[in-house]
Amino acid sequence: MHVGLLYSRIRRDEKLLLNELRDRGHEVTKIDVRNEQFDLTEPPESFAGVDVVVDRCLATSRSIYITRFLQSYGIPVVNSHETADICADKAKNSLALADAGVPTPNTKVAFTVDSAMEIVEEFGYPCVLKPVVGSWGRLMAKIDSESAAEAILEHKSTLGHYEHKVFYIQEFVEKPGRDIRVLATDGEPVAAMVRSSDHWLTNAAKGASVEEFELDDRAKELVKQASDAVGGGLLGVDLMEAGDEYTVHEVNHTVEFKALNDAVETDVPATVVDWLEAKVDGEQSLAEVSA
Amino acid sequence: MSDTITAEDPLSGEEIELPSDVEVGEIIDSPATGAELEVVSLDPVTLEEAPELEEDWGE
Repeated sequence: MHVGLLYSRIRRDEKLLLNELRDRGHEVTKIDVRNEQFDLTEPPESFAGVDVVVDRCLATSRSIYITRFLQSYGIPVVNSHETADICADKAKNSLALADAGVPTPNTKVAFTVDSAMEIVEEFGYPCVLKPVVGSWGRLMAKIDSESAAEAILEHKSTLGHYEHKVFYIQEFVEKPGRDIRVLATDGEPVAAMVRSSDHWLTNAAKGASVEEFELDDRAKELVKQASDAVGGGLLGVDLMEAGDEYTVHEVNHTVEFKALNDAVETDVPATVVDWLEAKVDGEQSLAEVSA
Repeated sequence: MSDTITAEDPLSGEEIELPSDVEVGEIIDSPATGAELEVVSLDPVTLEEAPELEEDWGE
């Protein structure tokens, strides 16, 4: 197959994918999004002949627009525009999970400091304030007191981009010092790890330690439901253990997997490429049948 | 074939060693300064300071 890999940075994650694709003899065109221009009707030359585009854009804004352009051109893209659009925004992400009946932390959104303060008081302390767009645990605030809440909300309303005036407030989940990251392809788990830290943020990007995690049936069921809720694809589903149940706090659409690949027995890039091959084969068979 | 190649660190001017399989677009940590550098061309390998992190970057 001919894969277009859309990127703005080649990290170890992209390199693992590129090496796996090339080792299997697939044609790969690396497409640096910074050099491209997108016409309303004709795709850029770089996309000629590709069977599928794998979106590995680091910038969410680019990811959302380009997947939409590719959809218009009729070029298959992983992940789809719909999936990117939902996953890129924490409010849309939470709504999709709640709509699908997936347990997710209690969350409210407000647009003024006064309304946000009311939510904070209702949730009690601590609670969590998150930017609607963002990743790697950046700009997340665990609010421990009324004075902290007032200060953080005032700063956000004064200093930030308009998106920071969308106050996304979530109950604080007492997790056991760790959360679970599952890499899944259309809801089928590829591998999972726990991310542990003494800090309340357990992102691998924040330096959490990681180790392989064996998913039970309930976790697998929730991963499938969460994946379906956002439109499927190659996803990172994040779960927390909350008592006897799990709660899914987010689904990531341009998922990183280098830390996971180091932590688990599974060959993650090989499994991802297996899935990609099957997906392209399936779409080509479908196209032949309908031709 | 050597496993490493050398290129100039654009920040310090020092010759630094890189894996021989680097590719255009790849981000490497400079062993000289610790800064993130981007491979912008091969043959010869040219490096530039990598773009700074932006707010919407992530997964």
